[in-house]
Amino acid sequence: MKKKLVVIGNGMAGVACVEQILKHAPKFEITIFGDETHVNYNRILLSSVLAGEKSLDDITLNGLEWYTQNGIQLKLGVRITDVDPVMKIVTGDDGCVTSFDKLLIATGSSAFIPPIEGVGKNNVFVFRNLDDTRALLERSRSGARAVVIGGGLLGLEAARGLQVQGCDVTVVHLMDTLMERQLDFLGGGYLKDKMERMGIKVLLGRSTTAMLGNGHVEAVAFKDGNSIEADLVVIAAGIRPNAELGRKAGLKVNRGIVVNDYMETSHPDIFAIGECVEHNGICYGLVAPLFEQGKVLAATITGNKGPKYEGTIQAAKLKIMGVDVFSAGNYDEKVPGAEMVRYEDPALGIYKKLTLQNGKLAGVILVGDASDSHRYMEWLRAGTDLTALRRQLLFPEPVKDGGLDAAQIADSDTVCGCMGVTKGTIIGAIHEKGVNTLAQLKECTRASTGCGSCTALCQQILKAVAPEFQEDTRKTICKCVPFAEDNLREILRSQKLKSVQEVLEIYGNGAGCEVCKPALSYMLDMLWCGDHDEDRSARFINDRVHANIQKDGTFSVVPRIRGGVTSPDELRRIADVADKYEVRMVKITGSQRIDLLGVKKSDLPKIWEDLGMPSGQAYTKGVRMVKTCVGTDFCRFGVQDSISAGIEMERRFENLFTPHKVKMGAVGCPRNCAEATVKDIGLIGQEGSWQVVVGGAAGKSVRKADLLITVEATEDALQAAQLFFQYYREHANYLERTYDFVERLGIEKVRKETVYAPQPVQQALLERLSKSKALSRDAWLERETPVHPTQFVQIQPMENVLA
Amino acid sequence: MKTKWVRITNCGNIPLREGRAVKVGDREIAIFNLGGRFLAVDNRCPHKGGPLSEGIVSGNTVVCPLHAWKVDLECGAVKKPADVQGCVPVFRTRVEAGIVLLEVPTAEVVEIRPGAAAIPVFQQGFYGAGRICSKDQSEA
Repeated sequence: MKKKLVVIGNGMAGVACVEQILKHAPKFEITIFGDETHVNYNRILLSSVLAGEKSLDDITLNGLEWYTQNGIQLKLGVRITDVDPVMKIVTGDDGCVTSFDKLLIATGSSAFIPPIEGVGKNNVFVFRNLDDTRALLERSRSGARAVVIGGGLLGLEAARGLQVQGCDVTVVHLMDTLMERQLDFLGGGYLKDKMERMGIKVLLGRSTTAMLGNGHVEAVAFKDGNSIEADLVVIAAGIRPNAELGRKAGLKVNRGIVVNDYMETSHPDIFAIGECVEHNGICYGLVAPLFEQGKVLAATITGNKGPKYEGTIQAAKLKIMGVDVFSAGNYDEKVPGAEMVRYEDPALGIYKKLTLQNGKLAGVILVGDASDSHRYMEWLRAGTDLTALRRQLLFPEPVKDGGLDAAQIADSDTVCGCMGVTKGTIIGAIHEKGVNTLAQLKECTRASTGCGSCTALCQQILKAVAPEFQEDTRKTICKCVPFAEDNLREILRSQKLKSVQEVLEIYGNGAGCEVCKPALSYMLDMLWCGDHDEDRSARFINDRVHANIQKDGTFSVVPRIRGGVTSPDELRRIADVADKYEVRMVKITGSQRIDLLGVKKSDLPKIWEDLGMPSGQAYTKGVRMVKTCVGTDFCRFGVQDSISAGIEMERRFENLFTPHKVKMGAVGCPRNCAEATVKDIGLIGQEGSWQVVVGGAAGKSVRKADLLITVEATEDALQAAQLFFQYYREHANYLERTYDFVERLGIEKVRKETVYAPQPVQQALLERLSKSKALSRDAWLERETPVHPTQFVQIQPMENVLA
Repeated sequence: MKTKWVRITNCGNIPLREGRAVKVGDREIAIFNLGGRFLAVDNRCPHKGGPLSEGIVSGNTVVCPLHAWKVDLECGAVKKPADVQGCVPVFRTRVEAGIVLLEVPTAEVVEIRPGAAAIPVFQQGFYGAGRICSKDQSEA
């Protein structure tokens, strides 16, 4: 009969250890108790969830099916309250009694709550688990004043997360240095600067004495008599090992449950792992030791005793986008025999300090640029003799290209420090298990499932080695603003950000580029329905002058000819303009319109004036046209009035911006003369009804559109088109055509969220569309009110150079 | 080399983080407003002659509107594509009483820096013009 293994704790430590145990024979009958109600998730990424970089789904490590597949009994929401080491039973708070042959205690740690008066008040939180994170996401609202007590790793990450959620954040720290366990005074100063530059206030050397307020917290009081107002408070003042069960079981317990190098406690059948244990006098509060301990414990508990746990080099990395902080080993240069190497650049905010002992690296602090952390970590782990490298300690010889970086790492080197995965293991997984994507690599080796700081390196290795490497689909806009678009949309909405430059300064590198600036411009215009701070410097030239730039720097002009229906008068004006401005070519476009090519920028406003026609938006990611057939007006076969429907559709959408260009069509019968089945949105007339189709293409890609809905009335068809149009505007990534968008989401989902969505959802989509429409206008009217005096004007020097 | 400072236009005529082209003598120069300072380069992308003044500014660089070549406005070096060793002439600027001034060469014959390739006179500006940057510098 299999022996019974009971695991108390469903966190990262317990489950990581069980994963290791499963690799050994003999098999146990395993039961895991977790007092939280969730499956195993990555606790250290909770701050990324709070900061909007990850969703709750993203951080699940093992789904329910993993437990089932491995025959593990999972009991969630049960807290084990007692352990009887003699009878070998554990008792849960639901009264259940479970017997064990071997017991693994992996209870982790809890938030340490300092003795502060009134910590029981409403809106005072700790930040430790998924429920805490959910509560914080719920309570943090734009403009709320949030106070974080504690300026350590977790406190700072919580502070940034709350700021992303829109709060006005102050960090209060007892010591005079932020992250004083990881940073020296100088490094802490650099970090403080960075936090303040992000708009987070930092108060150092403050001892918090009380939470003031009537029921809800209203203010935080300090020992010096001062206080600050607060709508919500997060206490992140450190952690305490959950060693209580160890005491109840009669184990030797100091701060944590004492374990030896084999991860054995003082009881032969009880083991402990993770943040609840104390090894060699150290209680670890970081993720890397869990994995190393797990391997050792798995060997011991399965009767393969031999491997020893000899402690972990403590390393910490702050996970705040744009604030690089890394610290490892012992950075104290005042230890006898220690030498120090230091580099500072206050203007760039870079601080690096290394301490050496006997020619080997003893500790490292990096603030502002942690790109070399991997190298230093390897030196620490391997105890590399640095005598020969003395001149390259802070500045390694420049790497020629990115691929080489990964190539320089030895197979035995650790790539993922959290999960202890070497480069060799990753390459093995690629070759032997056919790993091609980061997601597969995570699944297969666990690499990059910890703090995530090795993700880029893992990608590099995949790219270099995997034959069919595929980038993950969740892409960020660009490296200037490293957020996925759906996350960023939420952030901008909650933060009420309305200008591109603001977004770049708060969430990006401050500079932006030709990729992210137009994308952000679109996003802001869409989110605020046109009521944003328009910044033309963030727009491509076509959207600055409302014409399409050509290879010689001239422009092309395409007036709007709705539904492709024009008149002799309009045609005469177009001809006159072509003559008057010596237009180099007049061309009928593929979209039933007329293109005037070779126009000088300074002539644009006059041409628009003379044409007296609105902009056809042929130069922008926006509404192009509706191509129509003659329908019932003249055609012998027409069964629907495609001309009227097409013109009306063009009127409803024109002047609006979209993630990519939108070309439409309306046909009066299924002969489909205007090719509506290969348009982004098509109306196909048939006897007594309209088919509304979406996601068609006949350009770079060719795709037959999917049927969205069939309706009888023309008005209903137009409304279905409007629902899809606005849904695409709100959910597509920038530069994603409808054919990619529909394919990515699947037409079923699109239908469910547009034409088959609940009435209020449809109503809301239509309202946002009509709000955007109300604020939109013909761009060519800027001929009368230019946004800048030199928008279309060629600047002339004030004096002659030859004079 | 003989040069001359030419008064160009009111600072306000060049919007923040945008460029404007100005014809000085035979050459067209793109002047950019980087907020507090103005940088000027030849208004021709070394790739296909695209008008750099119409490009999107990214930090201290501009991205050509035609094929997205990236040019450093400090030194004129092509930053993208990375394997191209191109360079655009740069010109010094200064602001006096709210007016942007541009330093342009006036002499017909211009010294060629040792080692530099001969460049047709009409394209010449100051290569480097006192602003130093190199190809291997990483982008900010």
